[in-house]
Amino acid sequence: MNIEHLVGMANDICDYFAAESDRDAAVAGVAGHLRKFWDPRMRTQIIAHLRSGGAGLSELARLAVQRLADDERKVA
Amino acid sequence: MMSIAEKDLGTPAAEGGKRVTLTIDGFELSVPEGVSVMRAAALAGTRIPKLCATEMLEPFGSCRLCLVEIEGRKGYPASCTTAVAEGMVVRTQSDRLAGLRRGVMELYISDHPLDCLTCTANGHCELQDMAGAVGLREVRYGYDGVNHVYPRRDGEANPRFVAKDESNPYFTFEPSKCIVCSRCVRACEDVQGTFALTIQGRGFDSKVAASQDDSFIASECVSCGACVQACPTATLSENSLIEYGQADHSLITTCAYCGVGCSFRAELQGDKLVRMVPNKNGHANHGHSCVKGRFAIGYATHPDRITTPMIRNSIDEPWKIVSWDQAIAYAASEFKRLQAKYGKFSVGGITSSRCTNEETYLVQKLVRAAFGNNNVDTCARVCHSPTGYGLKTTLGESAGTQDFDSIERTDVVLLIGANPTDAHPVFASQMKRRLRAGAELIVIDPRRIELVRTPHVEASHHLQIRPGTNVAVLDALAHVVVTEGLIDEAFVAARCEKPAFEKWRAFIADPQHSPEALEGELGVPARTVREAARLYAKAANGAIYYGLGVTEHSQGSTAVMALANLAMATGNIGREGVGVNPLRGQNNVQGSCDMGSFPHEFPGYRHVSDGAVRASFEKEWGVTLWDEPGLRIPNMFEAALDGSFKGLYLEGEDIAQSDPNTQHVTAALRAMECVVVQDLFLNETAKFAHVFLPGSSFLEKDGTFTNAERRVSRVRQVMKPKAGYADWEITQLLSNALGYPMHYRHAGEILDEIARLTPTFKGVSFDKIDRLGSIQWPCNDQHPEGTPVMHVGEFVRGKGHFMLTPYVPTREKVNARFPLLLTTGRILSQYNVGAQTRRTANVAWHNEDMLEVHPHDAEERGIKDGDWVGLSSRAGETVLRARVSSRMQPGVVYTTFHFPDTGANVVTTENSDWATNCPEYKVTAVQVARVDQPSAWQQRYRAFDRRQQQLLPEAGADAGAG
Repeated sequence: MNIEHLVGMANDICDYFAAESDRDAAVAGVAGHLRKFWDPRMRTQIIAHLRSGGAGLSELARLAVQRLADDERKVA
Repeated sequence: MMSIAEKDLGTPAAEGGKRVTLTIDGFELSVPEGVSVMRAAALAGTRIPKLCATEMLEPFGSCRLCLVEIEGRKGYPASCTTAVAEGMVVRTQSDRLAGLRRGVMELYISDHPLDCLTCTANGHCELQDMAGAVGLREVRYGYDGVNHVYPRRDGEANPRFVAKDESNPYFTFEPSKCIVCSRCVRACEDVQGTFALTIQGRGFDSKVAASQDDSFIASECVSCGACVQACPTATLSENSLIEYGQADHSLITTCAYCGVGCSFRAELQGDKLVRMVPNKNGHANHGHSCVKGRFAIGYATHPDRITTPMIRNSIDEPWKIVSWDQAIAYAASEFKRLQAKYGKFSVGGITSSRCTNEETYLVQKLVRAAFGNNNVDTCARVCHSPTGYGLKTTLGESAGTQDFDSIERTDVVLLIGANPTDAHPVFASQMKRRLRAGAELIVIDPRRIELVRTPHVEASHHLQIRPGTNVAVLDALAHVVVTEGLIDEAFVAARCEKPAFEKWRAFIADPQHSPEALEGELGVPARTVREAARLYAKAANGAIYYGLGVTEHSQGSTAVMALANLAMATGNIGREGVGVNPLRGQNNVQGSCDMGSFPHEFPGYRHVSDGAVRASFEKEWGVTLWDEPGLRIPNMFEAALDGSFKGLYLEGEDIAQSDPNTQHVTAALRAMECVVVQDLFLNETAKFAHVFLPGSSFLEKDGTFTNAERRVSRVRQVMKPKAGYADWEITQLLSNALGYPMHYRHAGEILDEIARLTPTFKGVSFDKIDRLGSIQWPCNDQHPEGTPVMHVGEFVRGKGHFMLTPYVPTREKVNARFPLLLTTGRILSQYNVGAQTRRTANVAWHNEDMLEVHPHDAEERGIKDGDWVGLSSRAGETVLRARVSSRMQPGVVYTTFHFPDTGANVVTTENSDWATNCPEYKVTAVQVARVDQPSAWQQRYRAFDRRQQQLLPEAGADAGAG
């Protein structure tokens, strides 16, 4: 899928969770949202995008996608 | 004319439990306190003669037929306006009463035509009935005198005679038959709340007039039909009644238009539908309807209906008519081929809010069980998905909290992003009635919608915000509540999670959320925001109503959570008169969401990763189910464009017209190898399809719809499916062909399965709905007859959860190139993509989408009313005609999306809600300029449309045997 759109969607989610003053909760919130609502193909793609530099991802989005990658590794 | 099936007890029922005992004609009876003598007598089986009284209206006491004698009272009081009293002794008949009534009838008949045998109302005319009831045998006055009946009198034109008004496409007004009982005028006022009709003149000159003695079509009349239903004679009659005659039987069913979900009696001769009459006992509509539900049903028999299955290899080939077996086998083989070639996840399905619960359930079951993935979504994605997310997160359930009747206890209505008089007209009438009775109204909307000021209704505050600032204004309102000590501390302490509340309180109290700080962003004076916040927070009962103007934004879910926060903070939840009420766009938005048509959850809003829930479905369905979320509609488009999504089964949904950024959608459709469309018509999406499965209208099948108040009502088959199968049967055929067997014999068996698998539907069945009329879920062991008001005593999730609501301005910003904001909406006479209403006489009111432009913006661009204007955004460009209107604020333009050729969604972008991907239809940066030719898109569209129409088989062709 168009990675720019996925990056935009991830950043939009982060814009919401950025209001959370507890940074760890914000990261967990975004990662949980991606886990719950994104098709695995989209998650795989955004994780791969982070690994190849993560262009366009906000700071919170980078942390959250990293958290998502860690969580998925644990599950697998 | 009233329904052929309903009894009219003359005056409305009374509320309250107290009863009084009285004697009528020597018999003692006990009736509810507050009812009229007329109703009391009717309850006991005695029909006192009447003309101006009807149960749908407050009594008026003008016809003087219903006179009675009451012991101890002088004269002959009208039984309709006289309330019962303890110990009252009433006589409904005596020689004196008979003489009086006969005298009154004699006068009526002396100014009424005597064409009973050829009259529309013959056999169901209340005037005729009363003439019989009072024993009228002669009219001593003759018919030659001054009258309203005959066009000519004494060789001259009769100045009192008024010719028929046939200007309305659905009903005829024949003033010569009018008895001036005022029922139509009162229905227009009390029931509909439009005040379009009046009695003009005095005494014998009195006559019914629409607006300033205009024709009905030119008047303020909204064609709801309440007057036609109220008329005791043939003065106001449906044209279908005039054409066909009266029905012989009726069936109760549920309207297939908006989320109000009105109950109707379909009145029929054989299987020919004569007319739709709103059901007096309908729990959502109480006998009222709008122009769509009552009249706009001709689409069901429109010649555009496709009634034979068709297939083709490519969208450039002509359609080939085939048998059902061939079509189903072809579709199934294509899906199997695609899954074998591109993988299990390369296909999916989309259901629609126009489908019944049973149909929607079956499509998601087919996707999950037969396709083996979770790529199923519904059009609620593009309208109310943020409601699901927002209310589930805060309150614990993805649904509105109240029933419609709750508004009868509301003191302050907070209406945001909804235009009920156009989009939910029957509920709007109930709301207007409550507002006329004294409730106050706050409107938050970029447009000056009708409810801001309409006869006998005026909003206390209209917060005319800039499009895209909903969250900002809701934060500002909450800020006032928090900082001015307006929180219902006791409620919050008892009912809500403390840490989340404290975090929210600190967040919202930040000065950045004050009305003063946000004044520039909102374009609304801070003082107005403060006053509105105080009005809502201090109300004994404050109720929030909202629509797509809240959800269809990049922050739709945040705004829904902000509404839930406001209601919780002020204690306005968990009882009658309050709550958070989403006004759903289509008839079964609630139901389609309930039925598990979102890719991440099973029926009853339970995530696919929940092992116990999944196990229950696996056991019932006999397959292993996928435990990961599937693709949402916009994700499907993206996946189609990258080549990983190849096949789609669409039931009742027209994504090529209704979804944003049309060119993106059609590119995605072109990229798929097998698109199967199940619909009534060759809709816009079907032009990109390879298999067409002809669907059935709501009149042709059984099932249930769930309206905006969680009310599950029956849809009943009143005629056989024109193409042979009800939609659920078609899904079943496809599933069987795919190798996953389904063997339902009746839609009721599907609902039974839903009830077995879904705790909130546990007690719902066709039988119980038949018995109760309708059921609001949750319906379970604790609430065996359903739940009108939710979250009483405790939230569904236990404690209410306050969510933070940061305001994040949309990415869609005005600039020099696109300096205006476009927002979209609906109008009364048309419905959604217009597939239904465009094929009815409703085009008399709205036959094209117009662009509303503020006079200032129009003048700057040299645009006059009716000019062709180009509307361009970064997504695309279209051309439509301008209407210069001060309903808009400067800088904001508005249009509807009812006609495909308008291409409103060519202009809208794929920006979407952060949580749910609900598109941001309500905010698009645009430019508007005068033009003299259609846009390039429209020229391509028209050529493509022409080509696709040519590829249809000749009318009358059929598949032959096989």
